[in-house]
Amino acid sequence: MAKQERFKRTPMPERAPEERRNDFMEVPLGYSTELAVAEASRCLQCKNSPCVAGCPVEIDIPGFIKLIRDGDPVAAARHIKLTNTLPAICGRVCPQETQCEAVCVLAKKGAPIAIGNLERFAASMEAAAGVETPPAAEPNGHKVAVVGSGPAGLTCAGELARRGYDVTIYEAFHVPGGVLVYGIPEFRLPKDEVVAAEVDFLRKLGVRFVLNTVIGRTVTIDELFDRGVEAVFVGSGAGAPMFLDIPGENAIGVYSANEYLTRTNLMKAYRFPKFRTPIARGKRVAVIGGGNVAMDSARTALRLGADTVLLLYRRSEKELPARLAEIHHAREEGVEFHLLVSPTRILEDAEGRVTAIECQKMELGEPDDSGRRRPVPIDGAFETFDVDLIVVAIGNRPNPLIPQTTDGLKISRWGTIEVDDKFRTSRQGIFAGGDIVTGAATVIEAMGAGRTAARSIDEYVNDPEHLWK
Amino acid sequence: MHNVVSRDEIAPSVVRMVVEAPAVASKRLPGQFVVVRPLEVSERIPLTIVDSEPASGTITLIVQVVGATTRELTSIQPGENILDVVGPLGRPTHIEKFGRVVSIGGGVGTAVAFPIAKGMKEAGNEVWGVIGGRSRDFVILEDEMRSLCDRLVVTTDDGSYGVKGFVTDALRRLIEETSGAIDLVLAVGPLPMMKAVSALTREHGIHTVVSLNPIMVDGTGMCGGCRVEVGGEIKFACVDGPEFDAHLVDFDNLAKRLRAYHDMEQQADHQCKIGLATRNKQ
Ligand SMILES: Cc1cc2nc3c(=O)[nH]c(=O)nc-3n(C[C@H](O)[C@H](O)[C@H](O)COP(=O)(O)OP(=O)(O)OC[C@H]3O[C@@H](n4cnc5c(N)ncnc54)[C@H](O)[C@@H]3O)c2cc1C
Ligand SMILES: Cc1cc2nc3c(=O)[nH]c(=O)nc-3n(C[C@H](O)[C@H](O)[C@H](O)COP(=O)(O)OP(=O)(O)OC[C@H]3O[C@@H](n4cnc5c(N)ncnc54)[C@H](O)[C@@H]3O)c2cc1C
Ligand code: SF4
Ligand code: SF4
Ligand code: FES
Repeated sequence: MAKQERFKRTPMPERAPEERRNDFMEVPLGYSTELAVAEASRCLQCKNSPCVAGCPVEIDIPGFIKLIRDGDPVAAARHIKLTNTLPAICGRVCPQETQCEAVCVLAKKGAPIAIGNLERFAASMEAAAGVETPPAAEPNGHKVAVVGSGPAGLTCAGELARRGYDVTIYEAFHVPGGVLVYGIPEFRLPKDEVVAAEVDFLRKLGVRFVLNTVIGRTVTIDELFDRGVEAVFVGSGAGAPMFLDIPGENAIGVYSANEYLTRTNLMKAYRFPKFRTPIARGKRVAVIGGGNVAMDSARTALRLGADTVLLLYRRSEKELPARLAEIHHAREEGVEFHLLVSPTRILEDAEGRVTAIECQKMELGEPDDSGRRRPVPIDGAFETFDVDLIVVAIGNRPNPLIPQTTDGLKISRWGTIEVDDKFRTSRQGIFAGGDIVTGAATVIEAMGAGRTAARSIDEYVNDPEHLWK
Repeated sequence: MHNVVSRDEIAPSVVRMVVEAPAVASKRLPGQFVVVRPLEVSERIPLTIVDSEPASGTITLIVQVVGATTRELTSIQPGENILDVVGPLGRPTHIEKFGRVVSIGGGVGTAVAFPIAKGMKEAGNEVWGVIGGRSRDFVILEDEMRSLCDRLVVTTDDGSYGVKGFVTDALRRLIEETSGAIDLVLAVGPLPMMKAVSALTREHGIHTVVSLNPIMVDGTGMCGGCRVEVGGEIKFACVDGPEFDAHLVDFDNLAKRLRAYHDMEQQADHQCKIGLATRNKQ
């Protein structure tokens, strides 16, 4: 291959911004076989493969890329699934630029292998060919319960089912998937084609789903043990929204991102009134925050008919925590970025509807604990934006329901459940992983936790005394 | 899927439904609610668990038809199914022996007041009831309240039944009669009523609890849509409530937030009436 080509990344075909900002269909279209093979052929098949260490679940990246290059994407998908059961999802939502692709040797030349795109390609080729269900594992007679059906819970359950466990997932909502269904929008992660397909696959493995069941309310963890469950994995996520705590925040037209996205994605408010859940359709929308959640909210607002969407973030461009692809897509679609501003007050009209948001202007000061430069207010400098809808996307905390209803669980001062390197909590037989342990993080880290926890559970059930001393 | 065991209209546009939900029935305590999604297209709406029978695995709901989803729910007939019922949610009522408790229900609010009053009675309180409606037809659960209350006053706005006037008028007389010797007032009903009760009992220094009904989505603390201002702080009614100290509640803020979707709700209800849809057959 010519050197030039080696250093050029094969672009992912995408729908044009003017078209896609009007609907909820997926934005990137996926590689064709030809494009995928071209991209796979750029990979140097490095002996020490630094990319692998950049992936939290250590997928054999050169291995699966070679299979794509050699024309067997279905085998590539199976190869990925030895370590990552959800390639169709991770290929789409992993922050590759800070993980696997960041350390690809070609990154130095500015064009790392598009590992995520290739992963997605392999997964869709496998789906098109019909995913084979592995032969049912011999039941081992042990019962395990999983709380929450986000990526952590799904992965843990899948891993245990393959080992012959009798696994039941309990989910509070009426659809399984966690943030994958209620948070991340359809235009980034198709619900039927991708998420529901993964859930179906788990069902075929024998995993049972009990929906509409809030652990701690409908049933407690202790009652699950009473019913003969030997171990419990808690993957309940970080679902409690934070607010700004500024005047006017309870005006009509101020949403948490969770509510805004749940109404839209889970309750299908974008198809109102056929679906009955209403959502306010702002014409000028402000989204507060700079992460994936903020980008998803901003792009959702466009699709719900906003003329203008302002993204208000208190640090600078460099500190935006969202995936690069999302920042890029949001810009292309016309989201206006206003950086170094921090909301101080929300203004409302006589009926209590939002009319504007006042912000303090900021500049960057010394680095804080996270190593990012801390935003500090510029004395007396304010800016007011006229808006009719505000979405607050400044972060989520763990939901306290499980800690409150389960005695003896050690909780950190951030409300997360404390675990050790084997994902054991302070209570015998209870394991936890994903956002409930780390605070809001990533899909792939939640999956990694679910998988490792499943191994610990297996170890524990086979020798309960040994693993809990 | 949750089978509807029985369904009867107990007042104009107010329907009592007994629904199979064994897990909820065996767990629920007074003051708790369920979130219901009747059909695939419906909203998720919160409804108080009026009563439960763990043995038969059923719960009782009393639903006032106000919009699309309550219309869809109440159109489901015995033998048909409600798609989703989640619960029991919310903090149970704080029940202890207070002494003399006056339990006030305005309109369909009586459905919420009744289970709380029942819990208070079982804990050994002297329970007085005040229930009201616009006119005779709108008074609900009179027999149920009468059988558990040590004393019951019924009011109607138009005087067509019981005492003419609002429930607050009746409460004022009870306060005067007892010189304020009331240990706790519980009030559930339309917001203006709860606000008026709260103002009255504040004057007399009587501890008062109200059950709030903000718009909810999940009912588990993950959306913040149900936030209310209590004592100057933001609380999520679904997990911190729904019952709060009335004297700390910002009723005007809640009234405002309940109006958020007014126009859209009418549109949805219109759509619902045209297409009264696909029920959940067994
Ligand atoms: C809008 C949005 C966009 C994101 N974008 C990205 C992205 O692009 N890339 C990325 O890597 N990460 C992204 N994230 C983060 C990522 O989605 C999370 O880190 C990940 O989903 C955490 O997985 P989890 O399994 O721990 O929890 P969750 O996905 O939160 O799932 C937890 C599940 O548990 C259920 N549950 C909670 N409590 C109970 C209970 N008591 N009983 C029963 N069930 C319960 C919840 O209903 C939920 O379904 C995004 C997050 C959001 C909100
Ligand atoms: C904890 C709790 C317990 C409740 N218990 C009961 C009950 O036992 N029986 C009962 O009939 N209702 C109860 N409600 C109210 C019930 O949830 C609403 O009436 C229902 O959500 C309306 O749905 P809809 O789609 O039919 O009407 P919508 O179209 O959503 O609304 C129609 C009209 O009702 C008003 N409205 C909307 N939501 C509410 C609300 N949460 N409370 C009051 N008015 C509202 C709207 O402003 C509008 O004017 C309870 C609410 C809460 C929060
Ligand atoms: S799972 Fe994520 S981090 Fe790992 S290789 Fe795939 S895209 Fe990269
Ligand atoms: S570091 Fe990059 S080029 Fe090397 S094996 Fe990994 S993906 Fe291929
Ligand atoms: S209903 Fe969503 S937080 Fe209360």
